[in-house]
Amino acid sequence: MTLRASFRHAYPGFALAADLTLPMHGVSALFGPSGSGKTTLLRLMAGLERAADGSLALGATVWQDATRFVPAHQRPIGFVFQDARLFPHLSVRQNLAYGQRRAGAGGAIEVMAERLGITHLLARKPDRLSGGEAQRVAIARALLTEPRILMMDEPLAALDAARKAEILPYLERLHAEANIPILYVSHSFDEVARLADHLVLLDGGRVVAAGSLVELTTRLDLPLAHRAEAEAIINAQVVAHDAAFHLTCVGFSGEKLWLSLHEAPIGSVVRVRVRARDVSLTLAPQTGTSILNILPATLTDLGGESDSQVMIGLDVGGTRLLSRVTRKSVSLLGLVPGVRVFAQIKGVAIVE
Amino acid sequence: MSPADLTALWLTLKLAALVTALLLVIGTPLAWWLAHTQRRFKPVIEALVALPIVLPPSVLGFYLLVAMGPHGPIGALTQALGLGTLPFSFAGLVVASVFYSLPFVVQPIQQAFATIPVGLLEAAATLRAGPWDRFRSVALPLAAPGFLTATIFGFAHTLGEFGVVLMVGGNIAGETRVVSVQIYDHVEALEYGAAHGLSLILLGLSFSILLVLYARRLPWRL
Repeated sequence: MTLRASFRHAYPGFALAADLTLPMHGVSALFGPSGSGKTTLLRLMAGLERAADGSLALGATVWQDATRFVPAHQRPIGFVFQDARLFPHLSVRQNLAYGQRRAGAGGAIEVMAERLGITHLLARKPDRLSGGEAQRVAIARALLTEPRILMMDEPLAALDAARKAEILPYLERLHAEANIPILYVSHSFDEVARLADHLVLLDGGRVVAAGSLVELTTRLDLPLAHRAEAEAIINAQVVAHDAAFHLTCVGFSGEKLWLSLHEAPIGSVVRVRVRARDVSLTLAPQTGTSILNILPATLTDLGGESDSQVMIGLDVGGTRLLSRVTRKSVSLLGLVPGVRVFAQIKGVAIVE
Repeated sequence: MSPADLTALWLTLKLAALVTALLLVIGTPLAWWLAHTQRRFKPVIEALVALPIVLPPSVLGFYLLVAMGPHGPIGALTQALGLGTLPFSFAGLVVASVFYSLPFVVQPIQQAFATIPVGLLEAAATLRAGPWDRFRSVALPLAAPGFLTATIFGFAHTLGEFGVVLMVGGNIAGETRVVSVQIYDHVEALEYGAAHGLSLILLGLSFSILLVLYARRLPWRL
């Protein structure tokens, strides 16, 4: 099942013209700079705003078209705002019950409170909660309506780094349990890299590209691959731990990468990031090098970066990597698409 | 205190209670509309609502007298409904007082509604609350302090009404003779003792209910 959306609306200062189809599983991130229209798009999908010209359907259920508009309170969605928006006159427990009762949803408040670590807060009033606690209550409140989609509008943007770190594990668990599709709006690529499976890139009210996170981060025709922090995201599996040297080995596409010891158990799937600036290329395999991770790769494409730098796309057994090298190296080594090279990777980290 | 004093006192309390109740019913939707509308004529309505604050009661009373009279628009309506005309009756006093005390009820409620973050109502909508449900379960409880202020101001202000009563109600015992008019009669008749008695009651009553308002640090509770 998919969520199909198409909106055209002129707002003061910018025009939104977006068409997209989102998979109804995993986490889909709407990502773009401030003013790109991502929050507006999410609010249109929630029914909190109405576009002059819009259509929206979840599977066969139409929420908006030329003649129909299902108001927000009749859409089976959960919405988490940037600010928690808890009702100040109600206790945490009453806030949690508010939507659950109206949605006629089952499920125990206690179980949900346990999942989000807010059991000890149930009797409190919202003004006695920290920002991170309030946001966890807001997430629980939205989930207790048993929505078909959970929409989150920059849920971490108003929190400091410590509070973010407090909430991200809950979001990751939500993602892992994956029984509900999530639409996640963010302007932080780190959050997106951690949580998203599917990515919609927005700019100036338009959809620039949509696809899997892994694919879009390394596409040379898109801005993500040209950031100073440009990187490849790899879904890998923990293969082994080396206690003596404090290293963890992860595998993907028949290849292996060593990285600093991580507590993830053997067999678990982790997200690994390889920054383009940490990947250098050689034509022959090097020996006598301190670099542990050397992978055979095929050069697939090149994209101009600056007068001196070039971004290179690589294929490693079906997995894509990026390498940022100098224009001079490209010329000296004869780097053109199809050339077999060895990617020397200086830094690998699990995304967190 | 004479039976006439007690009659006047009872009439005054009845009037103030009835007018306050009517104003809460009329004023709440008006305040909600004023707090949320973006119509260009909103300032006109706001100025009209606020007029009784600055207008001399005799001016307001005069216009109401004319309007409710046999040739006025309100008078034409009440006559068409077979109710006769309203001046010099308790019903006329109620209608006039509703106009007279309108701003004292509408303004506090409007301010209370205006300070409720729209975001909370949006959150309620995403939690399946329809428009009326959002109003009842979020807006009303959060506006409770405004409603308390409105009730007390509306009641206290109607209690002290004099000029408008004289213009539209005259001075009919048991029908339109409220405490303020009764006090005036006592003073005209040089019955200072009786005037003192009633004045003290009105002073005490007004002070007490205002004290309730200012002493109560109302939390989010109706």
